Amino acid sequence: MRIAVLSGKGGTGKTLVSVNLACAAEKAVYVDCDVEEPNGHLFLKPEITEKQSVTVTVPEMDMSKCTGCRKCVDFCKYNALALLKDKLMIFYEVCHSCGGCILFCPAKALSKKQREIGTIEAGLSDSVTVLTGCLNTGEVSGVPIIKGLMEKLPEQDTIVIDCPPGSACIVMESIREADYCVLVAEPTLFGSHNLAMVYDLVKLFNKPFGVVLNKCLPGDNPSEKFCKENKIAILAEIPYDEKLGTLNSKGLVAVRVSEQYREMFCKLLSKVAKEVL
Amino acid sequence: MKLIVPVESKSLDIPVCPSFGRTPLYMSFDTETGNHEFLDNSAATSQGGAGIKAAQMLVDHGAKAVITYRCGDNAAQVLNAAKIEMYKAQDGSVSGNIEKFKSGKLSLLSEIHPGFHNHGGAKE
Amino acid sequence: MIKLLILSGKGGTGKTTVASAFIELSKGQAFADCDVDAPNLHLVISQLSEPAKTDYYGFGKAAIDQEKCIRCGLCEENCNFGAIKEFSIGEFECEGCGVCVEICPVQAITMIDHVSGDMMLYKNDGRVFSTAQLKMGSGASGKLVTAVKQQLTQEAPDSELAIIDGSPGIGCPVIASISGVDFVLIVAEPTISGMHDMKRIIETSKHFGVSSAVCINKFDVNEDTANEIESYCNGLSVPVIGRIPYDGTVVKAVNRCQSIACYPDSPAGKAIASIWDNIYNNYLRG
Repeated sequence: MRIAVLSGKGGTGKTLVSVNLACAAEKAVYVDCDVEEPNGHLFLKPEITEKQSVTVTVPEMDMSKCTGCRKCVDFCKYNALALLKDKLMIFYEVCHSCGGCILFCPAKALSKKQREIGTIEAGLSDSVTVLTGCLNTGEVSGVPIIKGLMEKLPEQDTIVIDCPPGSACIVMESIREADYCVLVAEPTLFGSHNLAMVYDLVKLFNKPFGVVLNKCLPGDNPSEKFCKENKIAILAEIPYDEKLGTLNSKGLVAVRVSEQYREMFCKLLSKVAKEVL
Repeated sequence: MKLIVPVESKSLDIPVCPSFGRTPLYMSFDTETGNHEFLDNSAATSQGGAGIKAAQMLVDHGAKAVITYRCGDNAAQVLNAAKIEMYKAQDGSVSGNIEKFKSGKLSLLSEIHPGFHNHGGAKE
Repeated sequence: MIKLLILSGKGGTGKTTVASAFIELSKGQAFADCDVDAPNLHLVISQLSEPAKTDYYGFGKAAIDQEKCIRCGLCEENCNFGAIKEFSIGEFECEGCGVCVEICPVQAITMIDHVSGDMMLYKNDGRVFSTAQLKMGSGASGKLVTAVKQQLTQEAPDSELAIIDGSPGIGCPVIASISGVDFVLIVAEPTISGMHDMKRIIETSKHFGVSSAVCINKFDVNEDTANEIESYCNGLSVPVIGRIPYDGTVVKAVNRCQSIACYPDSPAGKAIASIWDNIYNNYLRG
């Protein structure tokens, strides 16, 4: 089964929940789709077995064939090209890799070239296979890396996908392959506000989902209120626990060092498994 | 030669526009004849790469120099490659800046700011 | 206008908490929320009027006229984004590149305007607050961030200081928000993840040539890591200008739609006020 963990707001506990779910299973694959700031590997400390480059296709110019017709410059919706008397300037960071300029050049002066935007690392952490996507600094879109990660998902196995925060296109790519979505929410107004956003997202994609309330404190919980108002299943409530915070801050996996948390996450995993079937 | 100044409206008595790539208009001043015309900046509403598109337009127009407060990295690369000089605008009117340019009182623009996307810029 | 941007790298470290406090303390006249994916600042700013909303058009999207379509499949074959399946264009996948429009032998495909977000402008009592909300699944957030900043400069041209609440991460919206700002304050948290992500955001700031400083939020959750952060920053000559203790009052304030600055005697309130004094007097003035 493929479980995506998302939240809308950053810092609510997506990685905490994803990493611990993966470790609670007998055998699992943990996929870090938060390619701008991947954190799962800091907890799982995998032994890296494979590292691959993620590239995008960009144009390469052969000026000797150029007739100066400017079809490429005029076509490019992203203004990534500038034609001077003796050269075509190509701005790679603005290029969206649509391939249009290469396709439509009447003189076939443009050809395809690969350019690295990030990496995918595969590794092993006990019974957990760890796939980590990482976007190079200064690059604008991690979507091609998510696509690369999704292609590497095995058929069987429990797969836990740690999604980026927000609900933009990169999050959509991350949940595309999921059978079930776990929405993590914190008990603040910010948390409930952003929970509403990902709630809309999972409904749009018709994904079955449930909520995990994290860092619960006594008193009002706006996120809990939101769930009750919208009849959303609450899968678990993790109380605010200084000890858990400390474990987390040290990069330790709760399930691997605490019996209490092992029980909690095993329970959550079975609950999700039941929902998926 | 053609000297370009970004402006917010069709007048010479207003300040130089603070934006280069997304200014609504460019004033093109012919230093030989003393005539001027206004060019619409179609790059102003671009999704991205506005500086590149604006710079391309000025290259096509035959500009030889630009007076501006600031210029993004991508636009600067295009202007540099086309050997169009960039001068730092000063406070005061457009006509004031043109006079200063003529008497050599404007300095070259040295601070190029990173654009929307910046990572080593263009490659050929 | 001096622009102060608040970033973090990692989400949930306290950008909006700090930004809203600075805005209250400075009696801010000009501020913006550039976290267009998940804007939160408006929830804790006092006395906001109704915003003026404008549609924000992102890249256009392609649309196929089914009556003209001859089902040759050239569009699907040449779409690099996998946006075309069975002669229908996926709204979320289409990036508006125009290849299908150009390649269609019978001109059955056109580009149509697409509203990808809402720009919002709050203007009352001499205060200008610029923000936006990107619609779900949209891309091109960088351009919207640029539009939010431009809206602020346009509507508050005489303001001396602008405070900008940034977004998490290091990608497009963050890069767009860094462009043209005078100073970046990085809010870090003393956890392994927090430190890892802080390093990437410091790198991103340096990459774009903007000066930055760090403050450590919830520092007492792990003082060892807080000290590590401080050493790391000292090694890079990035000043650490303050530490904020974990304080339950912050959650209380947020849930009451208030900034922590409304609780000036609370531990967090005091710490943030002192950081504001430091940053304003030593880094922003002059």
